[in-house]
Amino acid sequence: MNDAHEGMEPVAGRVDSAASSEIAIRMTGMNKWFDDFHVLRDIDLQVRQGERIVICGPSGSGKSTLIRCINRLEEHQQGDITVNGVTLDNNLKHIDQVRSEVGMVFQSFNLFPHLTVLQNCTLALIWVRKMAKTDAEEIAMRYLERVRIPEQADKYPGQLSGGQQQRVAIARALAMSPKIMLFDEPTSALDPEMIKEVLDVMVDLAESGMTMLVVSHEMGFARQVADRIIFMDEGQIVEENEPEEFFHNPQSDRTKLFLSQILSH
Amino acid sequence: MAAALPPRTPRLGPVRWLRDNLFSSWTNAILTVVSLLIIYWAVSGIWEWGIAGGMWTAENRRECLDANPDGACWAGVVVWFNTILYGSYPDAEQWRIDLGFIVLALWMAPIWLPRVKGKTLIGLSTVAFYPFLAGYLFAGGEKGLFMQAMVSAAIVCFLYNSAHALIGVFAGGRTLAAVLLQTAGLHAAPEKTQRNALLAFLAASFLAVFLLQTGWTAAEVSWTKWGGLFLTLVISGIGITFALPGGIILALGRRSKLPIIRVVCVGFIEIFRSVPLITILFMATTMFPLFLPEGFVLNKLVQVIVAVCLFSACYMAEIVRGGLQAIPKGQIEAAQAVGLGYWKAMGLIVMPQALKFMIPNIVGNLIGLLKDTTLVSIIGLFDLLNILQAVSRDVPWRGLHKEPLFLGATIFFVLCYAMSRYSRHLERTLGGGQQR
Repeated sequence: MNDAHEGMEPVAGRVDSAASSEIAIRMTGMNKWFDDFHVLRDIDLQVRQGERIVICGPSGSGKSTLIRCINRLEEHQQGDITVNGVTLDNNLKHIDQVRSEVGMVFQSFNLFPHLTVLQNCTLALIWVRKMAKTDAEEIAMRYLERVRIPEQADKYPGQLSGGQQQRVAIARALAMSPKIMLFDEPTSALDPEMIKEVLDVMVDLAESGMTMLVVSHEMGFARQVADRIIFMDEGQIVEENEPEEFFHNPQSDRTKLFLSQILSH
Repeated sequence: MAAALPPRTPRLGPVRWLRDNLFSSWTNAILTVVSLLIIYWAVSGIWEWGIAGGMWTAENRRECLDANPDGACWAGVVVWFNTILYGSYPDAEQWRIDLGFIVLALWMAPIWLPRVKGKTLIGLSTVAFYPFLAGYLFAGGEKGLFMQAMVSAAIVCFLYNSAHALIGVFAGGRTLAAVLLQTAGLHAAPEKTQRNALLAFLAASFLAVFLLQTGWTAAEVSWTKWGGLFLTLVISGIGITFALPGGIILALGRRSKLPIIRVVCVGFIEIFRSVPLITILFMATTMFPLFLPEGFVLNKLVQVIVAVCLFSACYMAEIVRGGLQAIPKGQIEAAQAVGLGYWKAMGLIVMPQALKFMIPNIVGNLIGLLKDTTLVSIIGLFDLLNILQAVSRDVPWRGLHKEPLFLGATIFFVLCYAMSRYSRHLERTLGGGQQR
């Protein structure tokens, strides 16, 4: 059993770059095309361990594709991606290795509808980690408690609200004790009153020191937990900065325009 | 907190029910009366012909016609009944067919019993070992070392399954393994010792069955003697068992990223789907042997079974493909993201969901397959339909068509309706967990 982030002290403040300078994700000169469409252009990005990054930008700017490249749901065509020292290439072993250290939460939850909430969380523990069923259930229950939803363990995903489903999805990813968590617009498909319950869970997670990459337009969340905000447009990283600087002193015009649109209401 | 119950529908009296449902308007009243008349006419016709005017004992058809020219002559069917069921399988050996089907029923029964654990294993063991046991029971003859081993394995499997099921039902969901370990006093031993003990026990019983069998051989019954309902069930049973796995493999191959696999699968599916089954059967039995070396005689039954299997697998492949397309891409992505590989994602996530959508189509297809096997009568196998027609060619019963075909229709109806009901039941139980 692996309790990587169980024993760790909650880290409330931002990560001190000197203290944990180990690189979790390194992308250099990364390019990706969908057929002729150039989705990601010359991406250079380094994420330190324990860093919380929020990625924002207009739709179609490639931010989802960027984080989907990290666990190889999308294949990049040029450049290098290294995750915890493993370089992503066509070697299936490397892909498996990376996926076992990277958890992902999707916009549309993607829970397995034919399995109960508990089974959703234990499936990979049993079939990938080869864990005994009782041990797997114990771990799954611990994470369901952590996302404050243990009482729903025996229900099917279709019987839960959107916010509850997304919290189950987070528990499902956490059960594999990943070192990095990717969130692909985790709150975009939710009704407004459910967004908070999901964000609360994510804030908890951020405070526990998890390395997180979050594609989101929840600027309040970004301000609260992010170490860095990355702004993307047309497949490029246009600007990256600390939240305070990013919001109060944006450098590029594109960022200013985006912020004015998103913060005007 | 008790939820408010919906108001109960009041129970209606019979008169009220009739008025509401059958005579609610003039048109409905007329339709009701006309329908009743048609039903009366049909039922009374069958009654007059089959039951009231039917003759159950007679020497030949003339005797029937002399007694009642408008009545059914069941006597011919009665005389032929054994042949209709078994073909020309020798009387003295027919118990082997009965035994084969009884064993199959008992082997599969635990799958439907509550409180029995390890049902997947039971199902898999049936598919893996039963064919050898049945094949030997039906065909007999000298068994080689391999056949003896497989038959022994099948017998051990069957006995274990039965014991396991009985323990499961009567001892509250315990497993055979647990009981065996307790008897041996090993229930507290470490997991590895337990597993080794069980394996040793299995091996010992396999050896015992293997040695016991050495002296015993069943008389050989050539496949040319197989016929009737038995032959129909053998061909369609093998076809049905093979159709789904074959179809799944072809459908996955069709979606494969590897060009060679994809092209082979697509070609295979399209060729077999665009040729009528009867043509495939003719090709298998007449053209295929032309390519074989002189003196190499192929078993016609095997050729037919292979043809039926390939044909049904190709149809199934397209049904499976449709089901696979109904599963959102996000499901596979989520499976990959938690680290499941291709086969595990398919087997644990995609297939279980897709199969549920596909059940009505699959069962419809299998029903079609069961009925299509009657086509083998055209290439000279004595399946159920061919035997039924043979009755009318038999000298004492010359011209007796209706009665045997009526029996045949009834048999097919019972088989197909049972499959259809079972599919409805499956849909309900599988769909039960996931209301949306």
